[in-house]
Amino acid sequence: MKFTGAQILFESLKKEGVDVIFGFPGGAVLDIYHEMSKHNIRHILVRHEQGAAHMADGYARASGRVGVCLVTSGPGATNTVTGIATANMDSVPIVVFTGQVPTPLIGDDAFQEVDIIGITRPCTKHSYLVRDVNTLGTVIKEAFYLARTGRPGPIVVDLPKDVIQAHADFRYPKKVDMPGYRPTMEAHSGQVNKAFQLLKKAKAPVVFAGGGIIISESSDELARLVKLLHAPVTCSLMGLGCFPATVPDGKGGMKPNPFWLGMLGMHGTYQANMAISHADVILAVGVRFDDRVTGQISTFAPKAKIVHVDVDPTSISKNVDVDVPIVGDCKNALKQMIQLAESEPAEGLAESRSSWFEQIGQWARQHPLSYCAEGDVIKPQYVIEQIYEVSGGDAIITTEVGQHQMWTAQFFKFNRPRTLLTSGGLGTMGYGFPAAIGAQVAFPDKLVIDIAGDGSIQMNIQELSTAVCNNIPVKVAIINNTYLGLPRQWQELFYEKDYTGSCLEGPPDFVKLAEAYGAVGLRAERPEEVTPLLKKAFSIKGPVFMDFRVVTEENVYPIVPPGKSITEMLLA
Amino acid sequence: MIVTGDKRHTIGILVQNVPGVLARIVGLLSGRGYNIETVTAAETNEKGLTRITLVTTGDDRVLSQIVKQLNKLVNIIKVFDFRETEFVDREMALIKVRAEQATRAEVLRIVDIFRAKVVDVSPHFYTLEVTGNEGKITAIMELLEQIGIVEIARTGKAALARSKKH
Repeated sequence: MKFTGAQILFESLKKEGVDVIFGFPGGAVLDIYHEMSKHNIRHILVRHEQGAAHMADGYARASGRVGVCLVTSGPGATNTVTGIATANMDSVPIVVFTGQVPTPLIGDDAFQEVDIIGITRPCTKHSYLVRDVNTLGTVIKEAFYLARTGRPGPIVVDLPKDVIQAHADFRYPKKVDMPGYRPTMEAHSGQVNKAFQLLKKAKAPVVFAGGGIIISESSDELARLVKLLHAPVTCSLMGLGCFPATVPDGKGGMKPNPFWLGMLGMHGTYQANMAISHADVILAVGVRFDDRVTGQISTFAPKAKIVHVDVDPTSISKNVDVDVPIVGDCKNALKQMIQLAESEPAEGLAESRSSWFEQIGQWARQHPLSYCAEGDVIKPQYVIEQIYEVSGGDAIITTEVGQHQMWTAQFFKFNRPRTLLTSGGLGTMGYGFPAAIGAQVAFPDKLVIDIAGDGSIQMNIQELSTAVCNNIPVKVAIINNTYLGLPRQWQELFYEKDYTGSCLEGPPDFVKLAEAYGAVGLRAERPEEVTPLLKKAFSIKGPVFMDFRVVTEENVYPIVPPGKSITEMLLA
Repeated sequence: MIVTGDKRHTIGILVQNVPGVLARIVGLLSGRGYNIETVTAAETNEKGLTRITLVTTGDDRVLSQIVKQLNKLVNIIKVFDFRETEFVDREMALIKVRAEQATRAEVLRIVDIFRAKVVDVSPHFYTLEVTGNEGKITAIMELLEQIGIVEIARTGKAALARSKKH
């Protein structure tokens, strides 16, 4: 039986278990939209294609499933490039279907034609231009397989209009055959053993965990191994939530996790940066030693032997020389190590490492994360703390990019994976709001909060319409200081207070703006208004904008200045 | 700009012959700031498989990254890092030289010595075809340069690993 390309697309999506598409129509994809109405798949109509890409991304990060978006050719496709690059840098599984002009017109500068495959080649895991409708089913199967396996990433599938209209027999392939793609999932047992012996004997070990733990769903294994090794844990920004920041205190409440050091790097905690700099063995799992974490590479962890576990061989020994490289799935490697640890239990680790933990405790007491509360004005860190308190830490948090993002990483205590969705690698302002919408679509009953700055929120503010029209009840906390906060901070610290270009003059009235879109808008201007406002917002069954008027002159500390070692932090 | 510690290296790549695969490889290297000195590509005897030979420069760390990044590409079947194996390499050059009355004989003598061929003749120019490894091509070019090279087209290196000698 002959199917059209459009029918094949939807039959294939059904086989892949796709239940929602974030999209925006246009001429090149009208056949797809016409076919869509005949299928039981939810379509969320966005207001800017960048929103669709970030929504697919937020959906994927929150749920662990592949996010899907559909846009038209030309400008529709180019509008997704930032979203694709964002997903690429953070290893997020999304498939982006772009319309394309009919195949005979490709290369002739047709109306709404772009070479989207060429444009996105450097920022996709892989991409396809489907010229023959008979290959469409296989392409889609491969696209989803590539998106979600190994190191996940975005896949672009470019669909010319005539291919979508053409007919073919349809049989969805049972397996993929990609001889050039064989990610190594099984960690080499010899290397794992070598690593374990190092860790057993270490006097000052540190476990450095990242996004790879979350992707491989191995938080439980990490927690178990940490207990067996009796080692402190720090995370990259992408790893927050893979190791609980707080644990039950035995009296019905929560206390700080004694193994938790806080985040590492440019805006990491004092004790995390000091611990890694004095460590003798580092177990790095699911991280890539990004420059935000290492600071000046030549002085990074000078005394440490480094064990590095990652599924992507290109990340190993790319920035930092590694002593025991282990290519493989984090979960697999951790499981192997747990087996070793359980079969060769190391006695007295708690005693032999007590002085190391004491030293760490001293560092934490010397320079804890702090800010000065001043009676009359709202401090941005206070808002983050109250968001944590009022939500009970039981929420999915997305952020935009800047100071508010760093304060969220510092002051919100993440205990579970997939609860912080933030653009770490690309640092995309405008990511958080659509990502929150995508996450809320994946989990309609959870509390989803986008913590935003007044600059960032304006980048994809049009998606407020998407939220209202589809009743997607995300809560947006705007940390409003009328500045681009992080550039302002750098200008204050490193550019002689030259605030050119960082002042956001003439800010909109966010309450009126929310109401104009049909959402609820709330404002707080004094500290005592913050908590009641949050409680009210969280109880509203619809999207809410919260405008928190905070002080401008507030900096994120610690900060490792550019080019410096991570021990050379500037402190509050 | 060649930095001390930079070495020239040959990398062989076996790829699936799909549209855009060469663009992907070249884009990967240029996007990451890796230098491509020469690149050749052609189908092999196996249908659908293309062999690409690249000459690039960099220190060991850069070269390891290049090999790993190439391996990551979905359509690449195998990467041959010729730092680790002995290999045979050849390239072909078409060289148009000035061949006036006075110099014609010398040109032909050089052609003879290097086992090259004259493939085009005109009153003032000969075009020569010469095949060999990098050293041979460089040597003949240096000699001909003294007579006068007008134009040159080189194919770049093609390489295969030597077979094991058991």
